[in-house]
Amino acid sequence: MIARLLSGDLPRSHALTVVLVIVLVSLAGAPFLFPGSQSLNVAAKICVFIVLAASYDLLLGYTGIVSFAHTMFYGIGGYGIAIAMHGIGANWGAMGVGIALALLVSLILAVVIGLFSLRVRAIFFAMITLAVASAFAVLASQLRDITGGEDGRSYSVPAMFRPSFRLFEQPVLGVSITGRILTYYIVFTSSLLLFLAALRIVNSPFGRVLQAIRENEFRAEALGYRVVVYRTVASVLSAGMATLAGVLMALWLRYTGPDTTLSFAIMIDILLMVVIGGMGTLYGAVLGATIFILAQNYLQVVMGKLSAATSGIPLLPQLLHPDRWLLWLGILFVLSVYFFPTGIVGRLRSGRLKA
Amino acid sequence: MTTPLLSLSGVHTHVGRYHILHGVDLVVPVGGVTMLLGRNGAGKTSTLRTIMGLWRASAGSVTLAGEDVTQAATPAIARSGLAYVPENMGIFADLTVRENLVLAARSGEIDADRLKWVFGLFPALEKFFSLAAGALSGGQKQMLAIARAIIEPRRLYLVDEPTKGLAPAIVANMIAAFRELKASGATILLVEQNFAAARALGDTVAVMDDGRIVHAGAMAELADDAELQHRLLGLSLAKHQ
Repeated sequence: MIARLLSGDLPRSHALTVVLVIVLVSLAGAPFLFPGSQSLNVAAKICVFIVLAASYDLLLGYTGIVSFAHTMFYGIGGYGIAIAMHGIGANWGAMGVGIALALLVSLILAVVIGLFSLRVRAIFFAMITLAVASAFAVLASQLRDITGGEDGRSYSVPAMFRPSFRLFEQPVLGVSITGRILTYYIVFTSSLLLFLAALRIVNSPFGRVLQAIRENEFRAEALGYRVVVYRTVASVLSAGMATLAGVLMALWLRYTGPDTTLSFAIMIDILLMVVIGGMGTLYGAVLGATIFILAQNYLQVVMGKLSAATSGIPLLPQLLHPDRWLLWLGILFVLSVYFFPTGIVGRLRSGRLKA
Repeated sequence: MTTPLLSLSGVHTHVGRYHILHGVDLVVPVGGVTMLLGRNGAGKTSTLRTIMGLWRASAGSVTLAGEDVTQAATPAIARSGLAYVPENMGIFADLTVRENLVLAARSGEIDADRLKWVFGLFPALEKFFSLAAGALSGGQKQMLAIARAIIEPRRLYLVDEPTKGLAPAIVANMIAAFRELKASGATILLVEQNFAAARALGDTVAVMDDGRIVHAGAMAELADDAELQHRLLGLSLAKHQ
C-alpha cells in the first residue's frame, strides 16, 4: 500500500524514513502541534517549497536540465490567482479561471522555451531561461495596471479561506478551526498529492528515460528516444507543478508581488534546497526545503538565545548576534555541500550501505 | 543479387574541422556477421556513428534495406530496427540492470522468453537483475550492453569492440553469445581488434585504413592468407595463437 503510494520508490534508509515520517507528521499536525500564526506560516511555506523544489529536481536532478526560469512559472501561478481574484472577485469561479489561465500560460511558455532551446547545449539553455525569466520579471513590474507593479497585489479570497471563518462551532483539540487552518490543510493536501504525483512521474518508464538522457543523451537517442521531446515534456510537467505551487502560495499569503514570487533570490533558494537535500531524489527536496525554511525562520531566534547565553564571553556574543544570521546560514551551506556532496539523502543512503 | 541490408556509398564524415571518413563503401548482406577490422584510428567507430546518425555524413549515402537514411535523425534510425552497442559499453550506470533492459524494449515490457534466452547467454545478468548497472564488473557491463541490444529482435546489430579489455573467459562467453545470435538468423556488423574473435565469428570482412575500406571479401579468405593479413592489419595469425 505504502509502496504503491510512493510508486515503489522507498526511502531505502532507516534514518531517512524516520526523518521523513517526522516531517510528514509535523506538517500534518502543524496547527495542533505548533499553534500560532507564525509557525503555521512556516509550515505552509515548507509545504509549498517542497513542491517547488521537487518540481525543480525533476529538471535538475532527473533530467540534467539547468533552468533559471523556475521562479517565473511559480510567479505565473501566483499572478494568475492575484489577477483573477483582483479583477473578477473573491469567488471560486475566479480561482478556477486564475488557475486554468496560469497553467495555460506556463504550458505555452515551457513548450516554446523547450522546443527552441533544448536542442542547444546546457549552458545556452540556462542562459536563455535566465533571459526569459528576467524579461518576465521586468514585465510584471512594468505592467502596473494589471500586476500592481512593484507593490504587487493584495486580494481577498473566498470566505472559507478567511481567518474569520469557523468550520465548527466548537474548538477541536483546543484549536478552533478557522479559515486559515482550512487553507493550511488545502495547501498541505495539495502539496502532498503533487509530491506523490512527482514520485509517480520519476518512477514511471518516462522517468527512466529522463534518467537515461541525463546520463548520456546520445545513448538514449541510439536506443530510439527523441531527446528533445522528452526534455520538453519534462520541462512542461515541472513548470506545471511550479505554477500550482505558486497558486498555493498565493492562496496562503493573499498577496502576490515580485519579491515573493519572481525574485532571483527565490531561484537561488530552490537551487540550494535541491542541492543540499540531494539531487535526483525527490526526498532530497523534502529535506532541503524543510531545513532551509526552518533555518531561514528560526536561525535568528536560536542565535539570539545563544548570544544572550554567552554574554560573559568575549567575541562570541558578537559573532552569535542575530544580525549575523546570514553569515551562519552561508557557513552551514558551504559545510553541507562540502561534507554531503551527494546531498543529505545521498549521505543517509550510503550510510546504510556501510552499516 | 538481393538488396543488401545496409550499404554505405562514398560516405565522408567531418567532425569539427577533421575529415575522418574519406569515402567509405561498405555492404552488409542480410544474415550473418560482417567484421569491420582495421588498426586504431582507421575510422571503424566513426563509421558506426555515421550509420547511427550520431555524426552526420557530409557526402555520400547510407541506405538501410533500400531506404536512404543518410539525413534521418538518430532516434528514427534506431526505430527503423538498428541496435547499437557503443564502444566502452554505454550502459546507464544509475539505473538497474532490469531498467536498462526495459529502456531498450520498444513496448516498455520485456518479452519473458527472450529474457530467458538472454539470461542463458549471460547468466550473470540474472543474478544482478535488480542491481544498479554501475555496480557491475567491466565484463558484466559489456554483457548488459549487448543484452540491451538483443533484448528484442532487430534487423541489424552494430557492435563496437565487444571484447576490448575483457578477460579471456569473458571473451569466450562473448563469442559464444554472438554465435548463438548469428544462429538465430541475425545480421551483425561487428567492429573488432581481436583477430581470433573476428575469425571465429566473421562470414564477410571489411578492412579499413585512413577512413576508407581497403579490402572486402570473405572472412575465410583473409584468415587463410597470412600475407594479406600482414599487409592489411600489420599482424600475422601466428602471433595470436
